[in-house]
Amino acid sequence: MDWAWVGSHLDDIQHLLLQHITFTVSALFFGFIIAFPLALVAARYPRLYQPILGITGVLFTIPSIALFLLLLPFTGLSETTCILGLTIYTLLVLVRNTVEGLRGVPDDVKEAAEAMGYRPLALLMKVELPIALPVVIAGLRIAAVTTIGLVTITALITFGGLGAFFIDGFRRDFATPIIVGIVLSVALAVAADLSLVGVQRVLTPWARTRR
Amino acid sequence: MSMSSIRTRRVVAAFAALALLSAGCAAEDGTLDTGGGSSDEGGGGPVTVGSVNFTENIILAEMYSAILEDIGVEVETRQPGASREIIFPAVEQGEIDLVPEYTGALTAFVTEDEVTTTSTEELVQTLSDELEPDIQVLEPAPAQDQDGLVVTPETAEQYNLETVSDLAPVADELIAGGPPEEKTRNVGLPGLKDVYGIEFAEFKSLDAGGPLTIEALESGAIDVGRAFTTQGIIGDKGWIFLEEDKPLIPAENIIPVIRADASTPEIEKALDDLSAKLTTEALTKLNALVDVDKEDPVDVATQFLEDEGLLGN
Amino acid sequence: MEFLADLFEWFTDPINWSGTEGIPARLWEHIQYSLIATFIGALIALPLALVLGHTGRGGLLAINLTNTGRAIPSLGIIILVYIAAGLNLLPVYAALVALAIPPIVTNTYVGIRSVDRGVRESAEGMGLTGFQVLKDVEIPVAMPLIMAGIRTSAVQVVATATLAAYIGFGGLGRFLIDGLATFDLAQMTGGAVLVAVLSLAVEVAFGALQNALVSEGVAPRKRTATIRAKLGSTTA
Repeated sequence: MDWAWVGSHLDDIQHLLLQHITFTVSALFFGFIIAFPLALVAARYPRLYQPILGITGVLFTIPSIALFLLLLPFTGLSETTCILGLTIYTLLVLVRNTVEGLRGVPDDVKEAAEAMGYRPLALLMKVELPIALPVVIAGLRIAAVTTIGLVTITALITFGGLGAFFIDGFRRDFATPIIVGIVLSVALAVAADLSLVGVQRVLTPWARTRR
Repeated sequence: MSMSSIRTRRVVAAFAALALLSAGCAAEDGTLDTGGGSSDEGGGGPVTVGSVNFTENIILAEMYSAILEDIGVEVETRQPGASREIIFPAVEQGEIDLVPEYTGALTAFVTEDEVTTTSTEELVQTLSDELEPDIQVLEPAPAQDQDGLVVTPETAEQYNLETVSDLAPVADELIAGGPPEEKTRNVGLPGLKDVYGIEFAEFKSLDAGGPLTIEALESGAIDVGRAFTTQGIIGDKGWIFLEEDKPLIPAENIIPVIRADASTPEIEKALDDLSAKLTTEALTKLNALVDVDKEDPVDVATQFLEDEGLLGN
Repeated sequence: MEFLADLFEWFTDPINWSGTEGIPARLWEHIQYSLIATFIGALIALPLALVLGHTGRGGLLAINLTNTGRAIPSLGIIILVYIAAGLNLLPVYAALVALAIPPIVTNTYVGIRSVDRGVRESAEGMGLTGFQVLKDVEIPVAMPLIMAGIRTSAVQVVATATLAAYIGFGGLGRFLIDGLATFDLAQMTGGAVLVAVLSLAVEVAFGALQNALVSEGVAPRKRTATIRAKLGSTTA
C-alpha cells in the first residue's frame, strides 16, 4: 500500500469520488420518481403488479456490462448512458419494495381511516405511506448500495467513478489505487446505508418508542 | 399541520438540497460536462481528451491534456476505453474531442478496408478526405507504433522462428493471444490467414499488449502474443518480435485527431509542436518507464514535455 | 431492425454453437463458475448463519452483512486478487464467493430468528437438544427464507460471473467483453440474453427445489414477502 501515491493523488480521488456520488444520487432520484408512480399503480391495480414486476425483473437480470453497452448506440459514450443504466437497475428493487410496503398496510387500518373520512390522497400520504415507510426505505437502501457497486462497472465505458482506479491499478500491476477504490466505495455504501436508516428514524418517530 | 408531515417536508428538503449540492459540485468540478459539441466556435468549451486502454495511448493522451492546459485550454480527460471501436464513434458523435491515433489503423477503421500502404502521406490524405470537415487530423509524428507478433527466445528456437512467414507451417501447434479485436481486424487473424496462411490452434482474448498478454506469454499459456513495436517491456523481457516480411501492417504514425468544433489554431500549433518531438525511440523509452519501472503515466508525460521544452507558455 | 437481424444471425450461425468459443462451451464454463462459487459460499455461510441464528448472537452483523456485502465491488476484488495471485481462477472465485455469502447469511439468520418463540420453547419442552431443535424445528420452519437466500445468491453469482472474462477467462462474459472491444452489438446482446436466460433458469430451478424442500404449512406467503422485500431478495 503506497501512501505516497494516495497523498499525491488526492485531486483524482476527490474527482472520482464526486463522480461516483453524483451518478448514485442521480440514479436513485430518477429511479424513485419512476418507480413510485409505477408502484402506486401496481398497488391499486393488483393485476398490473405481475407484469410490472416481470419487466423490471427481467431488466435486472441483464448483466450490467451489457446494459450499458446496449445503451451506447442510443445515448452515446456519455454520462447519460451511465445514469440511465444505473437508474434502470434501481427500478426492480424500488418498485417491489414500495408495492410490498403498501400491501403490508393492514386492511382494517385502511378501512378505519376511510370510515373517519380520509380521502384517497390523504389516505395515501397520512396512513399508507407512513406505515409502508420502513419497507420502502429498505428498498432505497438496497438500491443505493447496489448502485454504488454498479457505478464501478461504468469504468468499462470511460467513466467508473472510483472504479476507474481498478482499471488503472490493473494495467500497471499496482494494488494501491485498487485498494483505495474498494475501501472508498464500501465506505460510501455504508454511509449511504446509515444515512437512510437515519432518515427512517426521523420519519417514523412512533417506531422509536418500542423497547 | 401534523408533526410527521413537517418532518417529512424537512427530510425531502434535505434530500433535494443534497441532490442540488452534489450536482452543483459536480458541475463545478467538471464531472457533468460532456465536453465536445458544447460550442460552435472552436475551443469554446472544455476539450475532452480520450484514450484507449494501453500504456502508450494513455501517456499520449496525458501529454495532449498537459499541453493544452499549458496554453490555457480547459481540458477534461476521460478514463481509457476498451478499443478504437468504442472510442472513435464517440469522437464522431462529439462525446470526445481529441484522441491520439495511428495513421494506418485509423484509416483501416474509417474506410472499412484492408490497408497495407507504408506511405504516411497517403494515409494522412485518405484520413483528411474521409473525416473532414467535422474531424481534423493534424501533423503526424515521426514515431510509429506497429502491431507485431512476439515470441519468447525459447519458442523462436524450438520452431525456428525469425519472420512471421516462419509461423505458417507450425501455427496449428501454437496458441496465440491478443486483444479481442484481433479476431475481426484485418491486421489480426483474418489478415494473417489471407496474407501469410497462418491459422493458430487457438486464440485467447486477452488485452492489447497489457498485463494479461504479458503474463500469458511469460507463463506459457500462449506461445505467440500480439504486442506493439514501441512496447519497451518486450525488450526488457528479452522477447523477440517476428519480422513482418509480407505486406500486411501499414505505417502507423502517431497522429492527433481532433473535432473541428473543439480546435483552434493555438491548439493545433501546440499539438503539432509536440508531434514533431515524438520519435519511436523516445516513445519506447516512455512506455518502458511506465510498464517496467512502474512510473505514473502522468509524471512520465509531464517530464517528457518539460525535457523537450514544450511547457511554459 | 437491422440489429435484430444481426442478433438472429448470431444465434443461428452454426459456428457460434461449436468449438471452445461456442455458446455451449461458454455456457458450461459459466455454469461451472457459478455452481462452484455458490456451493462454496453456502458451505461457508450456512453453518455460520445457522449457529448465529440458533444462539441469537451476532445479529447486527448478520443482518447488515448483506447490504454491506452488496457494496463490495466485484470488479475491484477480481483485479486485486489477480494482482496478488496471478492469472488463475482464484481471483474469479474470490470475488464470486464473497458475493455469494452475504445473502445466504442474512436470510438464514433472519429465517432462524423468526421461528416463533413458542414453537422453539415447546420443542425444548419436549426434550429436544439444541442441535435437534435446530435440525428438526428451526431449519424446516426457516427453509423458505434459507432457500430464498441461496436463490438470491445464485442469481447474483450468475450475473457477476460475467466478469471472469475481464481477466481473460471464459463464461458468457466472453461474449460481452469481446463484443465490447469490437463493438459487436449482436454478440453482446446475444451474451446478455444468454446470461438473462440462465439467471431465470436458476431462479426457476431453485423455486422448484424450494417447493420440494419446504413442507406445507410453513410460513404464510404474505409475511415472507415482506421480509424478503426488506432483505432485498431479487427473486419473485
